[in-house]
Amino acid sequence: MRRELPLAICFIMGLIMAVQFFIPHAYSQWLFDNMLKWLIIVLTFAMILGIGNLIKLHIQKVQRRRRDWVYSIVALFGIGASLVTGFGWGIEADSPFMVLYNYVQIPMQATMFSLLAFYIASAAFRTFRARTVEATLLLVAAVIVMLGRVPLESIVGQWLPDLAEWILDYPNMAAKRGIMIGIGLGAISTALKIILGIERSWLGGGD
Amino acid sequence: MNLYEKFLKIDRRYIFILVAIGVIVPLVAPLGLAVTTSPPVENVYNAIEELPPGTPVMVSVDYDPSTQPELSPMTVAVLRHCFSRDLPVIITVLHPGGPGLALEISDRISQEMGAEYGEDYVFLGYKVGGSAVILSMGQDFHVSFPADYFNTPIDDLPLMNDVKNYNDVGLVVTMSGSTFPDFWVAYAHERYGQEIAAGVTAVMAADYYPYLQTGQLVGLIGGLKGAAEYEKLINRPSDGLKGMDAQTIVHLFIVVMILLGNIAFIFVQRAKKREEA
Repeated sequence: MRRELPLAICFIMGLIMAVQFFIPHAYSQWLFDNMLKWLIIVLTFAMILGIGNLIKLHIQKVQRRRRDWVYSIVALFGIGASLVTGFGWGIEADSPFMVLYNYVQIPMQATMFSLLAFYIASAAFRTFRARTVEATLLLVAAVIVMLGRVPLESIVGQWLPDLAEWILDYPNMAAKRGIMIGIGLGAISTALKIILGIERSWLGGGD
Repeated sequence: MNLYEKFLKIDRRYIFILVAIGVIVPLVAPLGLAVTTSPPVENVYNAIEELPPGTPVMVSVDYDPSTQPELSPMTVAVLRHCFSRDLPVIITVLHPGGPGLALEISDRISQEMGAEYGEDYVFLGYKVGGSAVILSMGQDFHVSFPADYFNTPIDDLPLMNDVKNYNDVGLVVTMSGSTFPDFWVAYAHERYGQEIAAGVTAVMAADYYPYLQTGQLVGLIGGLKGAAEYEKLINRPSDGLKGMDAQTIVHLFIVVMILLGNIAFIFVQRAKKREEA
């Protein structure tokens, strides 16, 4: 029953929600409204479960002195500080929670992302080579779009941003649309496999 | 090892130093390069400009501090535009890292523009669920967000008395550093017919052009350049325009390095072929 019951719930709910979409009746709407409420509640508990698992994982890492366990202490301290300040003093603008957010989290995350500029510059220099026709096309398109996305038109003229916009509007869009259609079909097939019980990895570790 | 080979194996720390100089110098001594606007950004501006005064606009701050340098300038510009046109703003957050950013921006810009909380704007805060929350707001905002960020019941906020669901919202602008615009398009636009505009990072912008062509997005603000264009359109120069000089120098530097790298690569390859022959 540990596997059959979740599979049955998944099949029944998947089928009901797929059919519900096409029935604009009051009962169907009521079902949809309530399912949304349930979904948000379930997702909230999933988040709590996730935080619990994260704490457990890091405590185990510290206890067993696994590789880089010192960083787990930092992670646990961060989680603890956020929880204590958030629940203790609230989350309004001048609260300790927001002080931590503004003066620790924002600078750290912004710094990490900003480092990308340095690594991208170095990586582009080392790897972006016109070895083949395809690579050369990619290189030329990338250079045009990079230059078209900065205000150089007063120096080189309007043709550069227009050309960059054309690349985004036509070749890029055609390729992207093909990928999106593929993703859409993949998502439908995966959803059907889950509803029909063919794909069962979401049930977790087998017994 | 010849000169070209040495150049190709240049210590990356030299590149880092040059990038740093390219960022810092224009911030200290701006070049003042003129920005021209592009159709995707103009479309967002026009969509807001065409709304009758009093029509609520929803701004969803769906990003965290990692993408803040690119996305906060456009969030600020859109808020300034809405407040200047007497369009009330409903601010929501779908990314767990975003409430603090939304709070800071909404406080600062509302004070600057003289907007009053509850009347001219509300901050509903973060709700876990992503697509489920987007769908839920299409049914009833009062169910999705019974209280605002400050725990005030939203029934007590005058602005929310006239807002039940997307039918009462003129435009949703999602500012996102991840795939939230996909969810907004799939659920708010496709299911409820809500007009959506998006502000995304520069690297993400290319992904959303198909939605522009189909009209599923009314407009797109892409990266710091998009923010700078929007600032130009509303005639309020700010962080977007300030950052454009630094971005221009770094883009130029990267392009020059790529070109030099390829020239050196060609010479090295030729030298190798000659040696083999």
